[in-house]
Amino acid sequence: MSDTRIIDARDTFCPGPLMELISYMKRASVGDKFELLSTDKGSINDIPEWVKKVGHEMLGSEQVGDVWHIKVRKAK
Amino acid sequence: MRILVVGGGTAGTIVANNLARRLSAETRAGKVRITMLSASDRHMYQPGLLYVAFGHMTPDQLYRDQASLLEPNIEFHVDPVKQFSLDKNQVRTESGKVHDYDILVIATGSRMVPEETPGLTEGAEFFYTEASAVKMFKRLREFNGGRVAVAVGVPHKCPIAPVEVMFMLHDYFKARGIRDKVQLNYYYPIGRIHTIENVAKWATPEFARIGVETETLFNIKEVDVKNKILKSEEDTQVEYDLLIVIPQHRGMEVLERDNLGEGGWIPTDRFSLAMKGRDNVYVVGDTTNLPVSKTGSAAHFQAETLAENIASIVKIGAPVRDYDGKVYCFIEAGHDRATYAMFNYQNPPDLKPPSKPMHWFKLSYNQMYWTSVRGLL
Repeated sequence: MSDTRIIDARDTFCPGPLMELISYMKRASVGDKFELLSTDKGSINDIPEWVKKVGHEMLGSEQVGDVWHIKVRKAK
Repeated sequence: MRILVVGGGTAGTIVANNLARRLSAETRAGKVRITMLSASDRHMYQPGLLYVAFGHMTPDQLYRDQASLLEPNIEFHVDPVKQFSLDKNQVRTESGKVHDYDILVIATGSRMVPEETPGLTEGAEFFYTEASAVKMFKRLREFNGGRVAVAVGVPHKCPIAPVEVMFMLHDYFKARGIRDKVQLNYYYPIGRIHTIENVAKWATPEFARIGVETETLFNIKEVDVKNKILKSEEDTQVEYDLLIVIPQHRGMEVLERDNLGEGGWIPTDRFSLAMKGRDNVYVVGDTTNLPVSKTGSAAHFQAETLAENIASIVKIGAPVRDYDGKVYCFIEAGHDRATYAMFNYQNPPDLKPPSKPMHWFKLSYNQMYWTSVRGLL
């Protein structure tokens, strides 16, 4: 799959942005790309930390207004 | 106007009962017809399964006849949906009957799927079904010491359960006089011990106080049943003597089969609760793909909002309010103390110290649920 899929995890305290990302990544195929939208400033640290530890790939991140856009690719 | 509610769990039952009362005049006049389709003639109080797993409740205490919970102007059939034909405003049931609708409410809930993780069904204990909760209790009874590992699948129902089960385990083994022979280990998918930051801040010193060891960024990959080893996606592994897992969940198979939503979770507008791309189909409870806790509490508040809106659509042609993301979860902090987490899309929970009265309130709610699900509370 070449398209990047959006995960809208703005304004969520539970399950929270990283838990949402993990949920989508578990169902995805290797190579799938996601752009996670988060209003939790902690996401800018905890998502790259998990992506690195588990062995997926960070494609980039940027803040637009109050929303962080974090792009990742499933690598294994 | 034909309103069809598919699913007889917490969300579906509250929607149907609330609608039945708000539209009693319209149903009496034959202008509105409310129908519910469910997979079971019984209704389970699912939060009670945690108590079954620790021998505090027996399964028979968790059930009521579904028909006894419904307003008399609801037409009720035990006949689950086999096929959704949304373009035709129609569903077909297992019995072969076709139901047409003007408004459809999908509230089919979720199910645990431990079978999707190698070794998990054989190697772990659960408390998300009646049979698994009873089995877990029997395993706890015969357990006399060693390492108990508690791990968490994603996504899962009742996000507070992983924390609660640690306190319950501590008190259970303490009561049996073997707490010093039991090591409690807790494994959590993200980088802190609970996804809600304030719950994590509260639980971290509490876990330290009761001697729970924790490891974070641990996502279940597989279980080596023979050697009693739990392996993670992050390439770590742990040995255990007893493994308890909050299992990964999915929505219902029929929703995936009919391409209503990946994983059985239907894309849903977070405020109106309408299915995305449909203006006469609504989704409530676990079935939504919303970044909202899959709990009875979220289902309850969504159902109240939705019922009020559908009744308003019937009466004035427009909905009247948005779902604000409200969730209220009790947190059992052992066998005699509890606290709670209340939050919505904009406001995080502010946890209070656990207390006995809050635990008694939770025990009371276990009975009050039957009033709640009738839409009276």
